[in-house]
Amino acid sequence: MTLVWEVFRQERKGQPFAHAGAVVAPDLRFAEVYAREQYGRRQESEALWLVPRDAVHLVHDFPDEFDLKYRRVDGYSIKARLKEARERAGTLQG
Amino acid sequence: MTTTDVRTQEFLDYVQAGGQVETGDWMPDEYRSKLVKFIEMHGNSELMGVLPERDWILRAPTLQRKLALTAKIQDEVGHAQLIYRVVEDLGKPRSACLDDLVSGKAKFHNVFHYPTKTWGDVGVIAWLVDAAAIISQKALLKCSYAPYARIMKKICWEESFHILHGRDVILAMVTGTPDQFELVQEALLRWWEPLMHFHGNPIPADEDPMVIWRIKSQANEEARQQFLEGYVPQIRELGLEIPDPNLRRDDETGVWSYTEPDWEKLRAVVTGHGPASQERLDFRRLSREHVEWVSQVVLAEAA
Repeated sequence: MTLVWEVFRQERKGQPFAHAGAVVAPDLRFAEVYAREQYGRRQESEALWLVPRDAVHLVHDFPDEFDLKYRRVDGYSIKARLKEARERAGTLQG
Repeated sequence: MTTTDVRTQEFLDYVQAGGQVETGDWMPDEYRSKLVKFIEMHGNSELMGVLPERDWILRAPTLQRKLALTAKIQDEVGHAQLIYRVVEDLGKPRSACLDDLVSGKAKFHNVFHYPTKTWGDVGVIAWLVDAAAIISQKALLKCSYAPYARIMKKICWEESFHILHGRDVILAMVTGTPDQFELVQEALLRWWEPLMHFHGNPIPADEDPMVIWRIKSQANEEARQQFLEGYVPQIRELGLEIPDPNLRRDDETGVWSYTEPDWEKLRAVVTGHGPASQERLDFRRLSREHVEWVSQVVLAEAA
């Protein structure tokens, strides 16, 4: 029996762990040896997470049927209103 | 059109517009089989590519060179592991890839079918073969199959050390004794034809299925032109002679012309008729038999 282990790697302290690839190994001991060789031998990683592929639950597909723009920055265009407000206040520059 | 045709056409439009595909996504059978064929050959090439260099670990001129060469070889084997992983997730197990490799059914890159006669060859391989390879591999960073494109980042990062190591080997020799310079010159004469073969025959982009499916983002001739543009000046500035009297750059168009390579010979080489093809395959077969007990013990213990 061999397992696929997903490898997540943190490049520097404080950075997020990002998916780096996968190794195939019969158990965690071997998975660690392979992952160290493959993703850490040039000190390119601060830390690794090894996760059996079966433990990963994929969630995707986030529909936005109602186009709920008011929850995003692209839902707001303040340029015209800001101009009007400045005109009223008499602070509009040249 | 049938539903499958419509779906395939939509998929094709999607990848041609730069869309990327993940392992679990639906994909046409043809796309999957083209991916497997292409990526498997890449993995085979990484694995077979260590053998010409392996021959020189014990004969490398200094301890530092021995260590660097060993590190490069470890990288290439690591690339083979990463690449076979991608193939496995597409449905073909690594053991099946290795079976097809040693039986001669699957191909590997032309440059790994040639012997390494001198230390000059090792320098030319590490510098120019790796330079040619990195041009292809950089173009794969934009591959429509995302898991393959992602591992290419790590591969390109490691390859850049290989090119520098190769260039350092070459520079040490061309600044050495006349005999050392001659070793490099002779190696270049031997390797020029394989290097010109490396990117494949100039099949137009719109007829190349690998380009159509956006597995590759670059046509063969485009890659070769990029290689010539980047490396011919670097070779010539060292006083080395390239064995092609027709090699010249049109300064108006920036296009290099050269003597048409023998494409029939390339076909023969990659189908196992190169000068070192059988010897290399025999060695791979033998080492596979020799290490079989290791995986048996490991798997038995883990079971």
